[in-house]
This record gives sequence, C-alpha cells and structure tokens, in this order.
Amino acid sequence: MSSQKITLTPPRKSGWQLPALVLLLGVVWLLVWPQLQAIADWLTYDLIGLLPETRLGESVNFFLYDVPKILMLLAGMIFLVTFIRSFFSPEQTRAALGGRREGVGNVLAAGLGVLTPFCSCSAVPLFIGFVESGIPLGVTFSFLIATPVVNEIALAMLFGLFGWQIAGLYLVSGLTIAVVGGMIIGRLHPEQYVEEFVWQVKVGQTGDVTYKPTWDDRIRDAGRSAKEIVGKVWPFVVIGIGIGAGIHGYVPEDFLVNVMGREAWWSVPTAVLLGIPLYANAAGIIPVVHALMEKGAALGTVLAFMMSVVALSLPEMLILKRVIKLRLIAIFIGIVAVAIIFTGYLFNWVIG
Amino acid sequence: MLKIKVLGPGCANCKRVEQIARSEVEKLGVAAEIEKITDYAQIMAYGVMSTPGLVIDGKVVAYGRIPTNQEVTNWLIAAQN
Repeated sequence: MSSQKITLTPPRKSGWQLPALVLLLGVVWLLVWPQLQAIADWLTYDLIGLLPETRLGESVNFFLYDVPKILMLLAGMIFLVTFIRSFFSPEQTRAALGGRREGVGNVLAAGLGVLTPFCSCSAVPLFIGFVESGIPLGVTFSFLIATPVVNEIALAMLFGLFGWQIAGLYLVSGLTIAVVGGMIIGRLHPEQYVEEFVWQVKVGQTGDVTYKPTWDDRIRDAGRSAKEIVGKVWPFVVIGIGIGAGIHGYVPEDFLVNVMGREAWWSVPTAVLLGIPLYANAAGIIPVVHALMEKGAALGTVLAFMMSVVALSLPEMLILKRVIKLRLIAIFIGIVAVAIIFTGYLFNWVIG
Repeated sequence: MLKIKVLGPGCANCKRVEQIARSEVEKLGVAAEIEKITDYAQIMAYGVMSTPGLVIDGKVVAYGRIPTNQEVTNWLIAAQN
C-alpha cells in the first residue's frame, strides 16, 4: 500500500517574508484608517449624489463610514489578539495558578482568562484539569467568568466606536466582575455542587508533546483566525450598522432619554434581564447600541445590556452542567448579572 | 493497523481534526482505525485539558490546536515505521 515514496518534510523555519508582509499590511491599514470619513463623504455626496444634512444622506454616510471602519478594526484586533494569545496556553495557565491563594489567585485567573486561548467546548476538561491540580474553585470561577465577560470582539468594537476610555472601562469592569464574582463563589463552599465524578478523574500525562510554534506559525494562525472570524461575523456587522444607520438618521434626538436615560433607574436591571436569554453576536449588537446612545440612552444602561447579551449565554453556561450542579450555574449567572447591573449604575453615575 | 483517536466533545474544531486525519490516512493509503473519544474522563486520562486532541497509537501528538495536514502526514509516517 505504502509503496509511494513519501518523505518527511523538515521542520519549517521562519523567514523574513511573512513578518514583512504583516508590516506592509499594517502600514496600509494605518494609512487608510484616517481617510475613511473622507472616502465615505465622497461616496455619499459626490458619487451617489445625496445631499448632506438630509436624513437619507446622513444615514447612508453613517453606514458607508462605519462598515469599512468596523471590519478593518475587527480584522486588525483579532489578528493582534490571536497573536498575543499564541504565547499562552491552558496548560501554562494551570501551572501558573497552581498553589495560589485566593485573592492573588483570583486576580491572576481573571487576567489569564482574558489572555488564554480557549474554545468554549474545552470548558469542561479545563474545569476538571484546574480542580484536579488543586486550584481553588473560586479561582477557577474567576477564570471562567473573565473568559466570556471580556470579549475580544466587543473590546475591539468599543474601541473603534467609543474610543479607548470606554473600551478601557469595559476591560477593567469585566476583570473586576471576574475577580469579585470568583471570590464570592469561593466563599459559598461550592465543593458541594461539583459532580462526584470530577473528584475521581485521574488526569494522565501527555508525555513529550511540546509544541513550539515558530513566528511564522503564530502569524499564520493569527491571519487565519482574523479571516475566519471576520468571514463569519461580517453579515451581523452589516445588519447591525444598517439598523444603527436608520436610528442615526430617522430617530429624533433625545428620543430615548426617558426610557433609557440615566434618570430611569429601572432601565439597568431591565436591560440586563433582557440580555440573559438574548444571545447575539457582539459584532452586531454594538453598532445598534452606539446609535441608541446618540439618541439619549445612558452609557451604563447600554453597556450593561451589551455585557449581559455577550457574556451570559445560556447554551454556553449549560455546557458546565456536566461538571457542576444546576444550583451552582444559577448562582454563577446570578452573581454575574448582579455585578453587571452594579457596573451599569456605576457608569451612569460616574459619566453624566 | 494504526489506531487514531480524536479527543473532544464534538465541537467544530474537533470535527476539523477528524476530517484532516481521515483525509491524510486516505491520501497515504495506510490502514488505520479512527475513533472519536467524547467522554471527558477518557479525554483527561490522556492528560489533555484543551481539546481537540489527537492520539496516534496511544501517543498524544497534538492538543489544544488544529494541526496542519502536513503535520498529520508526518506523524502517520513516523508511527508506521
């Protein structure tokens, strides 16, 4: 059967070509970025011939400016994030968290939760692996909360649409929720809610598999995931921006002040409760949220809604049902929801 | 006969690894049996915490990422010799 002559290819070495390509693309990106508004203006008012200061003109201009801007930003950010994450792994994270006390452990776990590459279907083996190596459950939960609460797509979109201050606020509040939430869960004696078999699992040794990606591997993976994610979310972005553009052009100023403004105290918990069963892509929801804010919705309310939609996704939570009892999942969701509500109020109060 | 195992609960990434393994086995024309391991205790017994994992003849060759076709071919040839 194996009479064909097949030779083993030698391990690839990194050349200068790929880094040079990345650098070139980066320069092009930086040159195009500041011109986007001018391009959108030219397309709307000169090429299509719409009049500025009209509803249709404003809407179309908003759309033509936001779509390329968000897509460029997503591609760039995902590339960067994947590249940075290629220096972390769940195994290293587990080793780093081993033997940490609560407190320091929670902070470290929240930070690593953001940086460690991890797909949601790995949640169960990761949980077992953490528990088995003696990492306290509260610390493990800080990790598990940080991963969905600080969503890289949401971070990129906030940065692009609202600026670095608000993106930074989102990052810091997400991390705080993860640290505090994990510490509270740690106090509730969560051991009783962990399924029996978890304590019995014997974790084997992987042996001598050490995968050391080359620089080319890291760049290629980052490029691949940027392409994949943008390829998957672009329709949501376009639809989201389309709705946002409609709101931008046609909904009167201050229309939402009474319903979603900071004076409406009930709007924050309502937004969070509405967001739990809803699960939408961060890429689609944020342009809508951006447009709502222009019409008088308060930042805290809107951020709370977004965090709840993105972070509290029931299907992903229920994956954990294999290892923890429903009661603890409910506690988990409850704590995160309350923390998000609190964050919403805080923002509404701080930023007037 | 090579025994190939794909470790993972069955998400998109795990399916990709299985596909790659199947296509490379076919291309090389080696005799192999491909099995999917979805049971968490069994997955953990290999020491694999981040799925998907790939095991050839009892040896974990990759985990926590999707290997390239070329890598899988190399491992298959190495395992056969």
